[in-house]
Amino acid sequence: MPDDSLLHKLRPGALVLALLAAGFLLLPHMYGNQSLLFTLMTFIVLTQGLNLLYGFTGYLPFGYVGFFGCGAYATSLLVLHAHLPVLACVAGGGLAAVLMALVLGPLLRLSGAYFSIASLAASQILYFVVSNTNLADITGGPYGLKIERVFAPDASYLAMLAVLLLTSGLAAYFRSSRFGMELRAMKQDPTSAAMAGIDVVRERLIVWLVSALVAGLAGGVYAWNLSVFYPDAVFTLQISVFAIVFALFGGVGTVIGPIVGAAVLYTLYSAIGISSPQYFQLIYGALIVLLVLFLPGGILSLFTRRGIRVF
Amino acid sequence: MSSEAQALLRLSGVRKHFGGLVVLNDVGFSVAPGEIVGLVGPNGSGKTTAINVISGLFRADAGLVSFAGQDINRLPMFRRAQLGINRSFQVPKVFRDMTVRENIEVAAHCGSKRNTDVDAILDDLDLAALAEKPAGSLTVNQQKLLDLGRALATGPKLLLVDEIGAGLNPAELNGIAALLQNLAARGIALIVVEHLLDFLNRITARVIVLGAGRMLFEGSLDAASRDPEVVAAFFGS
Ligand SMILES: Nc1ncnc2c1ncn2[C@@H]1O[C@H](COP(=O)(O)OP(=O)(O)OP(=O)(O)O)[C@@H](O)[C@H]1O
Ligand SMILES: [Mg+2]
Repeated sequence: MPDDSLLHKLRPGALVLALLAAGFLLLPHMYGNQSLLFTLMTFIVLTQGLNLLYGFTGYLPFGYVGFFGCGAYATSLLVLHAHLPVLACVAGGGLAAVLMALVLGPLLRLSGAYFSIASLAASQILYFVVSNTNLADITGGPYGLKIERVFAPDASYLAMLAVLLLTSGLAAYFRSSRFGMELRAMKQDPTSAAMAGIDVVRERLIVWLVSALVAGLAGGVYAWNLSVFYPDAVFTLQISVFAIVFALFGGVGTVIGPIVGAAVLYTLYSAIGISSPQYFQLIYGALIVLLVLFLPGGILSLFTRRGIRVF
Repeated sequence: MSSEAQALLRLSGVRKHFGGLVVLNDVGFSVAPGEIVGLVGPNGSGKTTAINVISGLFRADAGLVSFAGQDINRLPMFRRAQLGINRSFQVPKVFRDMTVRENIEVAAHCGSKRNTDVDAILDDLDLAALAEKPAGSLTVNQQKLLDLGRALATGPKLLLVDEIGAGLNPAELNGIAALLQNLAARGIALIVVEHLLDFLNRITARVIVLGAGRMLFEGSLDAASRDPEVVAAFFGS
């Protein structure tokens, strides 16, 4: 009986992971543009990673891109100076983002917009430090870093898929575990959650570190895939904005919402946004307005409103 | 026999202020296991603040708060909950988007007790029929009961109940009185804040009267109603 219910709990998560894996393994064969698929995966990871924090704790980090950039730079610097296998360097990128999140942990004492803006400021500070000409010897300053020695589009594609599966697995865990139930409770009423015996501060910090970790790993793999990048490419605020809009569009607090949101909107962006950005921005702006007015719970709320439980 | 020796909760010289407003001033009393103590006083006299200081929402600015012989004034709320202190809220604070059952399940895994009977708690509180409803859809009174249920699910040794009787009809009040007495009979210590003095009189042997943050009286409710200071606090002098 307990095993049965465990299986029942694990099934939706396993299904999502299997579909993602099958999709991103087969798509390059049917549709040639692997680099577009790579970027799509990157955005799904970032959207899902942001959802881990925002969807499950209610903390919206405008500066989420900071962890991505941190992972990209740490990974590249390790490749350049540490002579480790590239995957170990990527792991180091994830770790660097976790360390940065630990340092920024006190931000979690702020709430609402104050937290969002403080995290934005932190990511901007990091960006200015990294791209500063005085640090050009270490970080490459405004010229960025080159690690073309390890350039490997296929291997980095698979690595991003692994990060995507890890991130979605974490979201599935948050969605169906006791830990996830405690997160939902804290989000709704932190005082009552504490009286239910939950260490609210600690659990919130764990989620913050986990969401930093996946962004850092994604940044590391992204840097590996590009192998030559300017600071702007991994610190641009547009990355945060995309992740936030994609997550809200799909529906936060679920597993498939951010995946659907990122897939739909990024596809739309790559179809019309890159060639004629002005139309894209128009559509984008209209979408945000419509979402806020009619679908604050994202497109998945079309189902939940009808009583269909969305995973 | 001295109540000090067997006290579960002990406050002495407790003081709490918000800015210039002193809300608790030299408050001291103790509560023994299985005892029901009433906490009464006019609006704004500091009853809820006393509960907040004991449950850890606030820290006393001065004085001692000890539980089972341990100084707890610096412990965060979740630690106090794990030690066996729990409470309900004057303004209910349920997890609105979770079902009634989930509200209790979240707390049922608190501390080391992992065999809390969620169904028994739902039955005790007459919430079994609503178990699968979202907590936000309950009435205010039902939500207060659910807060109490969540507190019970943590297996408390001390339960702080803040105005659970307000707005209940006599039959419901009887049910609550019986429930609280039942809990005390199991050895749980209770502090019950209530404006309904008849209700308190039925379930408590001892009340503490607060007036503007000071302890005006400690003893039986009957004696309290003859105490000139208490009468003045309630009706103005
Ligand atoms: N967090 C707070 N910040 C500032 N003042 C507060 C705070 N909490 C309570 N007070 C003030 O402390 C005083 C006591 O409030 P408290 O809620 O403890 O009274 P009470 O006895 O529970 O009253 P009631 O019977 O109305 O529930 C009031 O004047 C209240 O305004
Ligand atoms: Mg009160």
